[in-house]
Amino acid sequence: MTDNILEIRNLGVRFRTDTGITNALNDVNFDVPRGKVTAIVGESGSGKSVTANCIMRLLQPPGEIVSGSIMFEPSEREAFDVVQVADRDPRIYELHGGLISMVFQEPMTALSPVYRVGNQVAEAILCHRQVSKEAALAEAHDMLQRVGIPDVDTRINMYPFEFSGGMRQRVVIAMALVCHPEVLICDEPTTALDVTIQAEILTLIKDLQAELHNSIIFITHDIGIVAQIADYVVVMYQGRVLEIGTVRQVLKDPLHPYTKGLLAAIPGIVPKNQRLATIATSVGDADITTPYPLKDVGDGRMVSQP
Amino acid sequence: MLRYVIKRLGGMVLTLAFISVIVFVVIQLPPGDIVTSTLERMEASGMQASDEYVQNLRARYNLDKPPYLQYLSWIYNFVQGDLGYSYIFSKPVNELVWERLGYTLLITVSAVLFTWIVAVPFGIYSAVRQYSIGDYSITVVALIGLATPNFLLALLVMFFAWEWFGVSIGGLYSVEFRDQAMSLPKLLDLLTRLTIPASVVGMGGTAVTMRILRANLLDELNKPYVVTARAKGVRPVKLIFKYPLRIAINPFISTLGLLLPTLISGEAIVSMVLNLPTTGRMLLQALLAQDMYLAGSFLMLLAILTVVGMLISDLVLAWSDPRIRYE
Repeated sequence: MTDNILEIRNLGVRFRTDTGITNALNDVNFDVPRGKVTAIVGESGSGKSVTANCIMRLLQPPGEIVSGSIMFEPSEREAFDVVQVADRDPRIYELHGGLISMVFQEPMTALSPVYRVGNQVAEAILCHRQVSKEAALAEAHDMLQRVGIPDVDTRINMYPFEFSGGMRQRVVIAMALVCHPEVLICDEPTTALDVTIQAEILTLIKDLQAELHNSIIFITHDIGIVAQIADYVVVMYQGRVLEIGTVRQVLKDPLHPYTKGLLAAIPGIVPKNQRLATIATSVGDADITTPYPLKDVGDGRMVSQP
Repeated sequence: MLRYVIKRLGGMVLTLAFISVIVFVVIQLPPGDIVTSTLERMEASGMQASDEYVQNLRARYNLDKPPYLQYLSWIYNFVQGDLGYSYIFSKPVNELVWERLGYTLLITVSAVLFTWIVAVPFGIYSAVRQYSIGDYSITVVALIGLATPNFLLALLVMFFAWEWFGVSIGGLYSVEFRDQAMSLPKLLDLLTRLTIPASVVGMGGTAVTMRILRANLLDELNKPYVVTARAKGVRPVKLIFKYPLRIAINPFISTLGLLLPTLISGEAIVSMVLNLPTTGRMLLQALLAQDMYLAGSFLMLLAILTVVGMLISDLVLAWSDPRIRYE
């Protein structure tokens, strides 16, 4: 068993649309260490979610993977390349929710409005294991309790629209973790929530990770959240990886000009009339926009540089 | 839920009472009544009606009483199931209405079944495989179906059935069964012959349903809850039926209730072309001849079916969508 549960190599994705071809991912390389939290940071359109969808095999046309591999090594089985699994291969359904789960950005719309939350959580179990509906519901009940839903006995029979946003996100997390997946992908799980609820959900994800020892890929554009939750950081920009390192390395000592700009742009308390920092990408800072390959700079760090 | 149903039932009774007044007034509005038209016919054929005869006639039809009493006696009998007497057919309305209503029900229900059996699978296919050759072919056929008037389709089907297969498809029964009592072969004959009016009547609806289902389903297919369900391992076919389709089908449930009134008013032209004993034609005749009880009964039944239909679709909708149930 290697130290990395996922190894993504040379991943390329493009979207073929009426207006032309967009290369959403170009030569993306990074590892997801086993049992750790790896954060992917980057602005909108940098390819964070597309990467997550590739790992989950949820990428839909017009998106298509054109190159690369995603080696996945679950703890008790042989490693396989997620990209090479055929669409109708039963391993796809094992992957979905069984081995890898996903928590989405929009808790308000991520649950079907017409089924009770208990049934929606139990369905995840029924998709992966041969158990009775009662047994599945009992497990769903336990999981809902674990993610901090109060008064589960009543709540389990309620519908999503009777829940607040934060409570719904807890249900989505329960649904994702109920089959004990080895990898949990959180795609901006707190972006749609207000700040106090954000903190609660982050604490919940952290606590559950300490308990279940799963590997987490945490996608966000909020450097503050990265500092709170992540062990490793992958910085992405325009479908490329710019920098990889531990949280301490990247946040204390950023090497790539984009990362430096990103960290400098965190708004703090500044004197009146002082302009907030910007990143010079739109005017085409060659250091940032030129796609240099990733280079190992020692100490386990990788940076895209000439 | 029970309170909601009771509230709705109360509202229904009030609505129907109101409609019954309007129906009665509308029927009474044109000058003259059945007695004057009878007298005119008698005079035209050279007969002289005595005053006594006219009085008797008026008394028999309750026409000598003030209108509000006429209304009350009509509605009193109506509630008890006595729909009155048809002047033009010289038969109790009950005898005329129920048999035809049965046939109309048969045709409408089979047309609706035809619509759904054809429209739902093709609509789903069209949405799931959007912009495929299959989708385009289905769309073209649906648009042709939509643009063809039902009666024209009925004529074409009749013509080609006669030209190519030498069968006459008018009427509900084949010639050999027409005067026989109901039996198993006769029933089978009825069911086979029913497919033609059912598909002709259901054609336009099928096209519309297919297009609306496609549009609704396309809206739902990429909703986050569908992706979530896929991400937790739900298999593709089950995924489509259980998640997006369940929501996309709701608008059809709300229109389901509107089908009931078409039992009486709908498809009059197709019925005439295909020589089917449905209610549409009779309603038209009754209205033209000022046949008060027959027309009144039809209009009241129409109102009742509309109101009941709306209640049914609201209840089904509440059952299928918890967001409505809990309001």
